Amino acid sequence: MSDRKLTIIASKGTLDWAYPPFILASTAAAVGYQVTMFFTFYGLQLLRKDLDLKVSPLGNPGMPMPMNMNKWFPVLGTAIPGMETVMTQMMKKTIKSKGVASIEELRSLCLEAEVKMIGCQMTIDLFDFRRDDFIDNIEIGGAATWMENAGDSTVNLFI
Amino acid sequence: MNQFDHELDARGLNCPLPILRAKKLLGTMTTGEIVKIMATDPGAVKDFEAFAKQTGNELLDSIEVEGEFHFTLKKLT
Repeated sequence: MSDRKLTIIASKGTLDWAYPPFILASTAAAVGYQVTMFFTFYGLQLLRKDLDLKVSPLGNPGMPMPMNMNKWFPVLGTAIPGMETVMTQMMKKTIKSKGVASIEELRSLCLEAEVKMIGCQMTIDLFDFRRDDFIDNIEIGGAATWMENAGDSTVNLFI
Repeated sequence: MNQFDHELDARGLNCPLPILRAKKLLGTMTTGEIVKIMATDPGAVKDFEAFAKQTGNELLDSIEVEGEFHFTLKKLT
């Protein structure tokens, strides 16, 4: 077993921000790192059994919009009801057409590669989530559990 | 042209899938065997160099063929 270790704190729960933690975790595992992921606050959404991740153009000027919409669309336009759903569908279509993996696929590849996933107990309590909402093969723990893994890890990332 | 024991078609797949598929296949191979990998992701060129270096396997060849990227990788570990 490799002595190189990576830990990642995943703190965001949108479709776009779901990619960096899972891409890095799966790749690190593939090149021989022992990987631990800690999911806290909105990041806990990434561990749901039924993923329903969305991407929002609201307050996100860096997001490329189709047909140069950013050029003529007023900033307030990104707040129109339904915009989030439309942009999420477009993003998912683009992801598929470019051969980028879905989050479901990356997550199961991570689990297959024995990436350790820890859901944050405090977040579950805070938002009245149930343990049942989340996939089975994870641990539930707190900051100390992450520290236990991060303390002797070679790379620690907060995403 | 190198001889190879396995072939992996990773065309149309984007980062990090070609690497992950290669890793999975390598797990089923025996030491000394060679796999030919075909990809279309330009990022795979650097990534397979880095992958080979970090996993202790040997990248025998990395070439571009009509817009595709072909790699031959020898399992050493």
